[in-house]
Amino acid sequence: MADATYPDDLRYHEEHDWARIEGDQATLGITWYAQDSLGEVVFFDPPEVGTAIQKDSSYAEVESVKAVSDVIAPLSGEIVEVNDVLQDSPEKVNEDPYGEGWLVKVRLTSPEEAETLLGVEEYRKLLDN
Amino acid sequence: MRTPLYEQHLALGAKMVPFAGWEMPVQYEGIREEHSAVRRHAGMFDVSHMGEVEVEGPGALAFLQRVLSNDVAKVQIGGAQYSCLCNEEGGVIDDLFAYRLGGDRYLVVTNAANHDADLEWLGRQSRQFDAIVRDVADRYAMLAVQGPHARTVLEATLGIELPPRFHVSHPQVGRRPALACGTGYTGEDGVELLLDPEVAVPIWCELLEAGIVPCGLGARDTLRLEVCYPLHGNELNAERNPIEAGLGWCCKEGTGFIGSEAVARARAEGTAEKLVAFEIEGQGIPREGNLVMQGDEQIGEVTSGTYAPSLELGAGMAYVRAELAEVGTEVEIDVRGKRRPARIASKPLYAKRS
Repeated sequence: MADATYPDDLRYHEEHDWARIEGDQATLGITWYAQDSLGEVVFFDPPEVGTAIQKDSSYAEVESVKAVSDVIAPLSGEIVEVNDVLQDSPEKVNEDPYGEGWLVKVRLTSPEEAETLLGVEEYRKLLDN
Repeated sequence: MRTPLYEQHLALGAKMVPFAGWEMPVQYEGIREEHSAVRRHAGMFDVSHMGEVEVEGPGALAFLQRVLSNDVAKVQIGGAQYSCLCNEEGGVIDDLFAYRLGGDRYLVVTNAANHDADLEWLGRQSRQFDAIVRDVADRYAMLAVQGPHARTVLEATLGIELPPRFHVSHPQVGRRPALACGTGYTGEDGVELLLDPEVAVPIWCELLEAGIVPCGLGARDTLRLEVCYPLHGNELNAERNPIEAGLGWCCKEGTGFIGSEAVARARAEGTAEKLVAFEIEGQGIPREGNLVMQGDEQIGEVTSGTYAPSLELGAGMAYVRAELAEVGTEVEIDVRGKRRPARIASKPLYAKRS
């Protein structure tokens, strides 16, 4: 696994999720810290396209060999796409958590929620504590 | 509590977890890599948290025959044997290996979580026998070196000869007396070394240097699960007898061990439930506590579940109603509300290709 990275163009949620917001859509995933804590991801159980997800609630599960972890939605929206690559290659979540290891894309239903998310500096500070 | 190798684990970047009162490494680089190192090459586990109890005296054999389920009289000097330690009702207090170190001297290796309870039980039961029960857990660090290349690397690195499977020898390791046991918990060939704690660190470093891969409790669990070795606290407990756990083979009721009547009854009459192995068909990873279903009916409960790295699927063990325990039976595992189709499979789930 690569070294800890936290891109500065993302918004972060304290449950160790990230969002890349582009207009009224966002791509979601888990952070480097989250995948490192979890260990090797062996299974991603995605929601179905069309599912409504709620900020701060679980919308999917990622599993490592030893444990299962809920994935918390950083923003509210409707699932428009899930990362099918992860069905055969769930390890992408570890190898490239902000790129090929993205989890879902959503159409945002409350874009203003983005203001409550953390910037990279705030998120790093959270990890340091 | 910390083992003598605690600092080594930190230096290797291990993730540490609490386990039975000990701070133990659950993984270093990753469970899958460590798991496959043991299947293909050689891995080593710090299992110094396990307990050791010495039993010595003219009545040692008679005493052990009374408390252990197997026929201890069959064990030659330098031999090793697996047994259950049962209560009067046939419930399993612990499962363990007994090693015969000398004519009337035996060593029993206990599970960390049960060490104190075992010691108390053994102490109490030994009163009517001419045998001394001694807690010697502090005298040993324990290193399990497992995998197809474990023996050759160990012999070359330490310059010692190792005992065959299910035997124990007394080599000098690090210029101190040690025990080498031809046993393990992975389904691979290998040995378990009982070392003087003083030499644990240099020996660990030597073996690292020789290319043996450090492995944590995570891989230990996936390895044992793939070969369906029971874990006390999961598959075994004081309310389950060895028969329903599939351990009838290590129970010799003719010896009159404590619990033998209950075990004989369970063997003759059958048990309501049986421990089975199962594989998920398709996606999903079963976990301990998941219910085993058939239609709307709950027929059992998962005792251990994981992603099985060598099988590349979700698998586990479960107690299910005896009449539904047959290999091939189609069931469903309720994994957090999702029904995952599964099939009762033969044990072991992973069999070595020879």
